[in-house]
Amino acid sequence: MSTNDSRQVRLLWGSVAVVAAIVVATLIDKGSIGLQLILSGLTVGSIYALVAMGFSVIYSTTRVINFAQGGFSMLGGMLMYTFSVQAHLPPWLGLILAVAIVTAFGAGFERAAINPLKDKSVITIIIITIGLSIFMTAVAKWIWGTDPVKIAAFTGEKPLRFLGASLVPQSLWVFGFTLLAVVLVFAFFNRTLLGKGMRAAADNPDAASLVGVSSSTSSLVAWTLAAGLGAAAGVVIAPINFAQYSAGTTLGLKGFSAAVLGGLGSAPGAVVGGLVLGVLETITASYLPSGYKDAVAFLILILVLLVRPQGLLGKPESVKV
Amino acid sequence: MGSRSLPWKLPVLLLCTIVAVSLSATGCGKKTVNPSASVYKIGAVLSLSGPAAPLGQPEQNSLLMLEEQLNAGEGVNGHKVQFIIEDDQSNPANAAAAITKLINQEGVSAMIGSSSTGATLAMVPVAEAAKVTLVCCAAGTAITKPVKKYIFRTPPTDSMAIDKVLAYLKTNLKIKQIAILHDANAYGTGGATELAAKAPTAGIQVVANESYGSTDTDMTAQLTKIQQTPAQALVVWGTNPGPASIAKNMQQLAMKIPFIGSNGIANKTFITLAGTAANGVSFPGGRMLIPASIPTGTEWRNAVDKFTADYKAKYGKDADTFAAHGWDAGTILTTAMKTAGTDKTMIQSTVQATKGLVGIDGIYNYSATNHDGLTVSDLMMIQIQNGAWVQIK
Repeated sequence: MSTNDSRQVRLLWGSVAVVAAIVVATLIDKGSIGLQLILSGLTVGSIYALVAMGFSVIYSTTRVINFAQGGFSMLGGMLMYTFSVQAHLPPWLGLILAVAIVTAFGAGFERAAINPLKDKSVITIIIITIGLSIFMTAVAKWIWGTDPVKIAAFTGEKPLRFLGASLVPQSLWVFGFTLLAVVLVFAFFNRTLLGKGMRAAADNPDAASLVGVSSSTSSLVAWTLAAGLGAAAGVVIAPINFAQYSAGTTLGLKGFSAAVLGGLGSAPGAVVGGLVLGVLETITASYLPSGYKDAVAFLILILVLLVRPQGLLGKPESVKV
Repeated sequence: MGSRSLPWKLPVLLLCTIVAVSLSATGCGKKTVNPSASVYKIGAVLSLSGPAAPLGQPEQNSLLMLEEQLNAGEGVNGHKVQFIIEDDQSNPANAAAAITKLINQEGVSAMIGSSSTGATLAMVPVAEAAKVTLVCCAAGTAITKPVKKYIFRTPPTDSMAIDKVLAYLKTNLKIKQIAILHDANAYGTGGATELAAKAPTAGIQVVANESYGSTDTDMTAQLTKIQQTPAQALVVWGTNPGPASIAKNMQQLAMKIPFIGSNGIANKTFITLAGTAANGVSFPGGRMLIPASIPTGTEWRNAVDKFTADYKAKYGKDADTFAAHGWDAGTILTTAMKTAGTDKTMIQSTVQATKGLVGIDGIYNYSATNHDGLTVSDLMMIQIQNGAWVQIK
C-alpha cells in the first residue's frame, strides 16, 4: 500500500473517529436530550441523504452534477399535494402518479436538453441544470403559488417515544425509504450488467461503446432513475417539510454538500454523508446560536474539498496520462 | 287664453321631455365615470414573488378589486382610477428601481407599497425626493419613526403587536418568564429584540432567546434547549412555515407551555400546515379576522362584511389581513384624490388630515406627528380552537 493510500485511509478513519467522538460527547453531556438531538439529526440527515443519492446516480454515470436534483423532490412533493389533497386520490395512487410524471419529465429533459449537448463540456451541462432548477422553481410558483402546502403523514402524527426521546412516524417512513433506496441503487450499479456498464461508460465512454454500452442510453437511464428517486424522496419528505415552490434550492444545496461529504458517485456515501451532516447540524444548533447551523454544511464542504476531495467513501479520481 | 299659450308651451314641454329622457338615460342622480376625464394613476410596488409573496399577492388582489369596483361606479370624482402594479420580487433594490420607474415614466400621482419592511425602506428616499405620497403595507417601526412627510402606513405596526402580546402575557396569563424563538431574518430578529427590550417593563423575564433559519424544518434542537429553562410560555416571532414546524415539533416533544405567535401567523395557512398542533396557539391579529368581534350595525362592521364577501366571491378564498392592508391603502389614496385630484402636495396634506376613515383593518386617523393611522386597540388576541379562530376576551 503506497504512502498516499495509507494517508487516505488514516484520514478516513480519523474523520469517522471525530464524528463518533462528537456524537458520544453530546450523548454524555446532554443525556436523553442528546438522544433526541441524534434522532432529529438522523431524520433531517435522511432527507439530505435521499437528495444526495440522486446527485450520486447522475454523477456516477455522466460526471454531471445535476443542480436541479432538489427540484425533482420539490416537484414530487407538490404533485403529491395536487393528487392526494386537491384531487382526493388515495395516497398510494398519488405517489405513483407523482413519481411517474416527474420521471417522465426527467427523461424528457435528458433527451431534449442533455443528450443533444453530450459533446459539450461537463461545465456547460452543469450550467444547463442550474437553468432547469430556476425553470422548475418558476413553473412551480406559477402553478401552485407561493404558500407552503400540507400533505398528510402516511401513518398519522402521533409521536413515538422511547428512552425520553420522540420521533414522528413519518421519520420512520423516511428512514425506511432511504434504506430501500440505497440497497436498490447499490445493487443496480454493482450487481446488474446495465448498472456496471453505465459506470464503465462514465469512466471510459469510448471503450464502453465498443463493448455495447452506449453513453447516450446510460445518460437517459441515469436521469430517469434520479428523477424518479428524487420525486419519491420528495413525496416521503413532504409531510415533514411542507412542500413549497422554493424547496428545491435548499434541498439541492444541502443534498449536494452531503453527496460531496460522503463521496460523489457512491450511493452508500450519499447516505453516510447525509446522516453525518444532519447529525452534526443538529448538534451544532443545540450548542451554538442556531444561525451557525447552516454554516456547518458549507464548512464541511470546504474541509472535504480541501482535505479529502473524494469524500468519506469515494475513490480518489485518478487520470491516466 | 288656453289656446293662445299652447304654441309656446309646446317647445317648453318638448325641452322638458328631452331633459327628462337624457337625465334618466344617464341614471338620474347616479354618477358614473366620465370617459373623457383623465385617468388617475396610482403606482403600487408589491412583493408578488419571493419570500414576501404571501403578503403581496392578496394586496394586489384587493387593489384590482378596488379598481374594478370604483370604475364600475363613480370612479374617483368621475375619473377612472388605474393601479399600476410592479413586482419587487421581495428585493429592496428592485423596489427602489420600480418606484423610480413608476414616478418618472408612468407619472403616477401617488404610490402604494411595499409588502415588507426592507423593500419599503428602500422606496422611502425616492418617494420623499419626488414628493410623492407613499402608503405602505409593511409593519416595520423604522418606516414611520421618525415621521417622514410623505410616508404613511396602513397595517398595525410590529410594535403594536408586541405590546398586545406582552399585555396578554402579563394580564391574562400572569406569566413571569418567557422564552423567545424567532426567525433569523429581519422581521423575526427585529421583533425578538423589541420584545426582549420591552419585557422587563411588563414584569417579564426572558430566560431564553433562540433563532431558526427561515427555511429550517426541524427546530427540536432549539426547543430541547428551551425545555431546560424555567420558561412558562414560548413566544414565536416569524412567518410561515417556520412557526407551523415549531408547533408540530412542540407536539412531538410533548411541550405543554403555551405557544404565542406573532401577527405573522394571522392566516389560515398556519392552521392548515400545523394541523392539530395549531390548537391552543394564540396570536395578535386584526379584528377583521373575526368580523363578529366588531359591533353589528357599525360602519366598520358593514365595510368588513362587504369586503370579505366581495373578496370571497371574486377570488374564491378568504380575505386575510394582507388583503385588508392593500384595500385600505387604495381606499386612503383614492379618498384623498377625490378632493386633491392629482396635485401631489394636496394629496399629502389631505391624507395627513384624514380622520375617522373607515377601512378594513380599522379606523384611520393621521396627523402631522402620526403617520401610522391605527392603534394597538385595533388588534386583538386570537386563539385557535378546533381549527378555528376564537377571540380572547
